[in-house]
Amino acid sequence: MDHFPTNWGRPRAEGFDAYATHPIHQRPSNTPRDAFSAGVQRTQQPIVTGTSVLALKYKDGIMMAADNLASYGSLARFKDVHRLQAVGTNTIVGAGGDMSDFQYIQRMLDELVIDEFTAQDGHSLGPAEIHEYLSQVMYARRSKMNPLWNSLLVGGFTDGKKFLAYVDLLGTTYSATTLATGYGSMIAQPLLRKAVEGREDVLTEEEARKIIQECMRVLYYRDARSLDKYQVATVTAEGVKISDSLYLETSWSFAEGIRGYGAQTQ
Amino acid sequence: MTQQPQQHAFNPYTENGGTILAIAGADFTVIAGDTRQSEGYSIQTRYAPKVFKLTDKAVLAVNGFAADGNMFVKKVKQRLEWYRHAHAKDMPIRSIARLIQTMLYARRFFPYYVYNILGGIEEDGTGAVYSFDPVGSYEREACRAAGAAQALVQPFLDNQIYFKNQTPAPGTVFPQHLPLSTVLEIVIDSFTGATERHIEVGDGLEMYVVLSKNSNALQGLRADAHSFQEVTSTADGERVFVIRRDLKKD
Amino acid sequence: MTSIGTGYDLSASTYSPDGRIFQVEYAGKAVENSGTAIGLKCKDGVVFAVEKLVHSKLLVPHANRRIQTIDRHIGLATSGLLADGRHISNRARDEAANYRETYNSPPPLKAVADRLGLYVQAYTLYSSVRPFGISTILGAVDNAGPSLFVIEPSGVFFGYNGAAVGKGRQLAKTEMEKLKLSEITVREAVIEAARIIYLVHDDAKEKEFELEMSWIGPESNNLHVHVPDDLFQEAEAKAKASLEEGFE
Repeated sequence: MDHFPTNWGRPRAEGFDAYATHPIHQRPSNTPRDAFSAGVQRTQQPIVTGTSVLALKYKDGIMMAADNLASYGSLARFKDVHRLQAVGTNTIVGAGGDMSDFQYIQRMLDELVIDEFTAQDGHSLGPAEIHEYLSQVMYARRSKMNPLWNSLLVGGFTDGKKFLAYVDLLGTTYSATTLATGYGSMIAQPLLRKAVEGREDVLTEEEARKIIQECMRVLYYRDARSLDKYQVATVTAEGVKISDSLYLETSWSFAEGIRGYGAQTQ
Repeated sequence: MTQQPQQHAFNPYTENGGTILAIAGADFTVIAGDTRQSEGYSIQTRYAPKVFKLTDKAVLAVNGFAADGNMFVKKVKQRLEWYRHAHAKDMPIRSIARLIQTMLYARRFFPYYVYNILGGIEEDGTGAVYSFDPVGSYEREACRAAGAAQALVQPFLDNQIYFKNQTPAPGTVFPQHLPLSTVLEIVIDSFTGATERHIEVGDGLEMYVVLSKNSNALQGLRADAHSFQEVTSTADGERVFVIRRDLKKD
Repeated sequence: MTSIGTGYDLSASTYSPDGRIFQVEYAGKAVENSGTAIGLKCKDGVVFAVEKLVHSKLLVPHANRRIQTIDRHIGLATSGLLADGRHISNRARDEAANYRETYNSPPPLKAVADRLGLYVQAYTLYSSVRPFGISTILGAVDNAGPSLFVIEPSGVFFGYNGAAVGKGRQLAKTEMEKLKLSEITVREAVIEAARIIYLVHDDAKEKEFELEMSWIGPESNNLHVHVPDDLFQEAEAKAKASLEEGFE
């Protein structure tokens, strides 16, 4: 609040001023102004990035996976980054895109969860609420032309119901039985749909793990910004479980036999 | 030549495909949309509704940038709730139409990238369709298609609803309004056609039917032809139904 | 009171000639007249218990809580003006959140108590404000283990092994001194805390009261939460039973 009574507004004239001829002088402004506002930078492009996140619904809940790589352009910069984050007791958030923006989101969510906890009113935030919150934040930031450069998957399990939804830097949202961000949306999503669609209530955890692993393997073969080290998380009635880092087995022997690109045809 | 740093501006918009349409009858209106949401060549989801019941006499279809669409519907619904709190009744459709214009034009210089079609029942009991451009220009019409397959569907509606390029048989005139059964067939044909010829249309079809008070539009409709699900929420007299159908998923 | 009418007790920004600030002392009176609150620092955690005086049978049970949660691992109990207690707990939450934001780690209780002490003290400096009419017991299990602090209306704060504020503080302190606080577990302390609150309650003067208890310990995963129902019932039953014994 502005505590200077002189700035609270005054009548325009001492007497009656029917034609509004009394000049209004410019009064000093006491509202805070940022002298460096012209120098403020917005995220115009992601810098340190994570690649795809995959998720699917299965019999007991949802399963989500992301590798442990954060790239700096084409450089595999950080190889032990955790891109799956538990929020509260029955929600998991997975992030692709700018990792600093994701860290900021993690802080926001942590504050949100603590605010909810300290209220001690018997309410808790489930996956639907977390997703709605993130959607509003992402959309508000894009509307300020200062987006949080991420694609996020939100998965969870409450009251016997599975929840899986997407939100990105534009505030675009959707939900489906299988979801994938980034390269995964082109390479893994068709595989996931083929394996899961229509079977989300019968797939066992073991089967789901196999599908996820196979998709992560295909992504590692095809996505140059991916890593063979990844984590898998599940959210079920038992709560959130995030695995330790797992490693993909791959075989590159076929590369020996590749001929016919560019000048090298023999 | 020195290299200039390339400014890569953030683009706050995208297109999420899909198509919507609405057709007004004498005492009913049909508002429909497919349920596919896409970006580029990727299908994001096979079920993301684009048609929303606002009141028992107004249904809004939104198409374009999905995030803007969802936010816009949310804000319209919020304004309608405030109206209910203030006036203890639902806002009439012509007022909703004007409200939508005001809300869209308020964002004239950072528009909601959304085409709106509002369908429902006017206070005089007639079926009404209002169509909007993204910055709020609007008019009342008998039918309108919008979205990715507008160019495919609108000419078909012009021909089938307005009887454009048709000549009536000698001694007869074209009907002013079509019966509900015919309208539903036209809507279904519009979407199956658009699904065949446009990659961004398909997966599912949601048709909302809004009936005027004491309307008998449902009579003469084969009971087994469509699975009507009633979603009316007040006892004002107007009734709202949804019909869901599959569209091809390829 | 000799100070009344001297004119030195009208503002917190004026000393009396002998160097006292009467407004702060009056704030202390507001605490002395309200329901007892105690905090026990045990070997594996902290227990809070409050004697919430119920001034009307029409009040909803468990409403107007006097124990609040500040952060996942920090709890707070107040004695004095209820509204001041709520204000101070909101401030404590902001301070804890701010510490987290700045240092990206859970705040040690000492840091929160320090900041809150400064905040309370600021209300003893100006004629335009009134000092807080509450004493605040802060408790947590942080990196250094269990800890307990009391902030008084003057803004001073001290660390304690057992703390009692409000009407029955003297008797409560005497009872707590008999306990081996550094050896008992929170589960055991819950029973003792309930007993002490029932003991210090003067049902000749006050009519009804409601027992309110929370804990931070291994069984709550080091989170500050109200004690589970079954333990609460057990503690309350034992407290009532021990009172009966005392009368016999």
